[in-house]
Amino acid sequence: MSKTIDFQTDPSKYRHWRVAYDGDVANLYMDVDQDGGLFDGYQLKLNSYDLGVDIELADVVQRMRFEHPEIKVVVMRSGKENVFCAGANIRMLGGASHAHKVNFCKFTNETRNTFEAAEEDSGQKYICAVKGACAGGGYELALACNYIMLTDDSTSAVALPEVPLLAVLPGTGGLTRVTDKRKVRRDRADIFCSIEEGVKGQRAQDWDLVDEVIPNSKFDETVDERAREFASASQKATGNGIKLDPLDRKIGDDGSIVYSLVEVDLDRAAHKVTITLKGPDSEAPATIEDLEALGDQSYLLRLARELDDAILHLRSNEKELGLVVFRTQGDGSAVLAHEKQLSENADHWLAKEILAYWKRVLKRIDVTSRSLVALVEHGSCFAGVLAEILWAVDRSYMMDGEFEGDNRPMAAIQPSAANFGRFPMGNDLTRLETRFLGAPEAIETIKAKTGTSIEAEDADKLGLVTVILDDIDWEDEIRIFMEERASFSPDAMTGMEANLRFAGPETMETRIFGRLTAWQNWIFNRPNATGEDGALQRYGTGIRGNYNIERV
Amino acid sequence: MMDLMNVSYDTQIPNNVGLSSDKRVLKALEKWHPGYINWWNDLIPDNFQQSLVYLRTAVSVDPKGWAKFDYVKMPEYRWGVLLAPQGEDRKIPCGEHMGQPAWQEVPGEYRNMLKRLIIIQGDTEPASVEQQRFLGLTAPSLYDMRNLFQVNVEEGRHLWAMVYLLHKYFGKDGRGEADDLLRRSSGSEEAPRMLGAFNEETPDWLSFFMFTYFTDRDGKMQLESLAQSGFDPLSRTCRFMLTEEAHHMFVGETGVGRTIERTCQVMNEHGIEDPYEIDKIRSYGVIDLPTIQKKLNLHYTLSLDLFGQEVSTNAANAFNAGIKGRYMEHRIDDDHQLTNDTYVVWDLEGDEAVRKDVPALTAINMRLRDDYTQDASGGVGRWNKAIEKAGINFQLKLPHESFNRKIGVFAGKPFDPDGKRISVDEYAKGEPNWLPTPADGDYIQSLMKPVYEPGKFAGWIAPPKVGIDNKPGDFEYVKLHMA
Repeated sequence: MSKTIDFQTDPSKYRHWRVAYDGDVANLYMDVDQDGGLFDGYQLKLNSYDLGVDIELADVVQRMRFEHPEIKVVVMRSGKENVFCAGANIRMLGGASHAHKVNFCKFTNETRNTFEAAEEDSGQKYICAVKGACAGGGYELALACNYIMLTDDSTSAVALPEVPLLAVLPGTGGLTRVTDKRKVRRDRADIFCSIEEGVKGQRAQDWDLVDEVIPNSKFDETVDERAREFASASQKATGNGIKLDPLDRKIGDDGSIVYSLVEVDLDRAAHKVTITLKGPDSEAPATIEDLEALGDQSYLLRLARELDDAILHLRSNEKELGLVVFRTQGDGSAVLAHEKQLSENADHWLAKEILAYWKRVLKRIDVTSRSLVALVEHGSCFAGVLAEILWAVDRSYMMDGEFEGDNRPMAAIQPSAANFGRFPMGNDLTRLETRFLGAPEAIETIKAKTGTSIEAEDADKLGLVTVILDDIDWEDEIRIFMEERASFSPDAMTGMEANLRFAGPETMETRIFGRLTAWQNWIFNRPNATGEDGALQRYGTGIRGNYNIERV
Repeated sequence: MMDLMNVSYDTQIPNNVGLSSDKRVLKALEKWHPGYINWWNDLIPDNFQQSLVYLRTAVSVDPKGWAKFDYVKMPEYRWGVLLAPQGEDRKIPCGEHMGQPAWQEVPGEYRNMLKRLIIIQGDTEPASVEQQRFLGLTAPSLYDMRNLFQVNVEEGRHLWAMVYLLHKYFGKDGRGEADDLLRRSSGSEEAPRMLGAFNEETPDWLSFFMFTYFTDRDGKMQLESLAQSGFDPLSRTCRFMLTEEAHHMFVGETGVGRTIERTCQVMNEHGIEDPYEIDKIRSYGVIDLPTIQKKLNLHYTLSLDLFGQEVSTNAANAFNAGIKGRYMEHRIDDDHQLTNDTYVVWDLEGDEAVRKDVPALTAINMRLRDDYTQDASGGVGRWNKAIEKAGINFQLKLPHESFNRKIGVFAGKPFDPDGKRISVDEYAKGEPNWLPTPADGDYIQSLMKPVYEPGKFAGWIAPPKVGIDNKPGDFEYVKLHMA
């Protein structure tokens, strides 16, 4: 599996999903083309999915927000008879490298989180209409919806059969959402997760695995009715939608990528990639109508899309580049002007969506398993939303004082009101709150500086950056840091960083990305699952996994 | 000591499994019983329920004399729980546990797999009764009506057999599933039967004969493979069910055979040589051979679908677990574990149907299906002999496995009955010649007039060569209650 995975798609290319728009309700049909797998060697039978299917889903979800703000309720359903979704394709998982499995799970998790949060973020509610078998990743799709309806035809069931069938976990949020979101009692959850056939009918509702069980003859009618009810109860801000056109993206022969506002430079020898974000190339729109008229070309939306794509691309296609360096260049005040226009119109659907999208992109950075570093150079624009990157990364270095031959504006950081609540992390704290977990008063001091430019010495005092370096030390210190970083074990780095990044309280989200994913990835490395005689490898052969019964 | 050969009638439920001393299961079954009786009473038109039907009832599991015949009202039929005698020292015949003593209790690790197989098998038993519920109204003779009801009560008993296993071995879950077997119903919008073929109504008697010949034969093959189960109670149950199933095959084969016989007879009587002179043949009130071929095409291909995907993980798992064997497992000369064996299955390469080697373990379904096709071709040969003997130039044949499929690699792909890949247009053009049309159905329906006089038969079907239980031709197999 070494072909380049492109995370960009559009409805004209979909093979696995259909959307039928009906006023303020959209019916989203999963109808996987079994011959449309991303890689060779498996068929996507029974609405099972691989990364390609999920890339389409992510695109559907994203376009639903930007292109169809009139939609208040999305009904996820199956386009196939007798099966809702059989979950992630087992043969695909069996044949995939460990890294691919992990990336696949991470991306699917992010997509689940995205449509799950759509209700809270923008009032777009996903409900799930389950008819037919709904197993494993299929039920995880349902779990991420905010209302689950199950037909009572005495056959259709929801199930998490991973443990008994495959010796792995329902790792796309399954275990966590059962207990944390649906609040299924833990002993019942224990039973539920141990039985292949799952739970059907009234018991599924009694155990809170679904919200509603409906007689089969009334199912479609009731689903439509419920969708209408939710839609009419919705206070969602609506509008006409904007079109998300293909990105302006050029990929060079050496793998470097140039977008309109983002540049990705690779240094393969140093296992390093530098992502440079450019400041605004135009003035902030004067009015919200102007913003709408710009469509997908307004600065912060374009930047978010490009950065999002770059991160996804690097995660899947450039696995040996373990160090990601973030740079910015441009006018920080102009960044703030663009941000301010959105913040001041945060009730407008488009402004709201762009801000919510930034929340997601920043979270994507948070959970990216690379060593992340930011360089605050002269001429940089770490202002407002872009300053969040400084507190997302593992370390930040800032230029201090004049640098010989460098006439760019003095390096400065410009906090904005948005840094104090607009972009929470998965742990529900802001990046500053997480950073200053032991010194909340530091946040107040920074807040007082909102709208000002903070240069190196002050930034250092306020704790906004890791290290400030002057002209004499800058190059050498950074080189040494990067060389040292590149020499460490990538696994240890991933583990250390993931642990240090998320200080503070656990949330369902951190439990999914931390606890569930970590256990799953451990199991993915264990012979009982993925060894030659492991259950995942043997699945489909008829021969059971041969387990080493030693408890570890 | 419990008499395992003969059936105990000291509980409400006749059985040879010592129910009277197994209070827990007895209680569960007695609780299930009223629901079953309601199901039965709601099913078949009331005047037939009140009629006296000359039925065989299992009174023993001794192969030499297991049944007795007598008049009985169907709701009073003694549906019992009967298992073939326990083989001495029986071993698991296949898979990774081969050679170990057969399980007398459910092995925990295979609980779900076993339960699922039993539920699917159990779901088909009442389904066919539901599909055939109105056929009594158009029976071509009392003899045929009696055969229909015999098949029906025995399918009912097979349901009992599966319910017993669910109650006895699968606890609370099993009881819930047993209830659901009565909740699902053929063709129901609310809760349909699990397999597609069991949700279609059996609209006429030729369909019934085709169903018992082809679809019940699938049932027979499934029972044959479950009879090999390492879970001994399932094996014993299925072994005894197979003795009854033979009669269902008989009803199908002779039913189709007698229809053919009558058609040939009428053709000869009127000097019709060309079997394709359909209008002329039909004008004499019999079913032309090309239409019989179309019915055969339909029922055979629907039945092939019941065997599932060509390559199946579930089937592989079940075989390797020793839960389900192959047809005549003990007669097969191999390691019974299929560690390195391959088996040839159909696959699709582009538009071409090709034969491919796959690991034999994953092709268990196909192996059983191939055995089925072989088993099913026997009767077709006998029908052709009868046609030949009548001097008519026509041969029935089983269509190619790629034709008219809804499941497996050929699903939804246009192939003709010879297995040639054709275009969608060609298929649309050929379909009326290959599968029954609504007009064919209407014609057959027009022949479905009941004949209730003892010894008389509808004009489209010949009388049987011998009566049931050696009764004479004018024997009153059903004493109709015509209130």
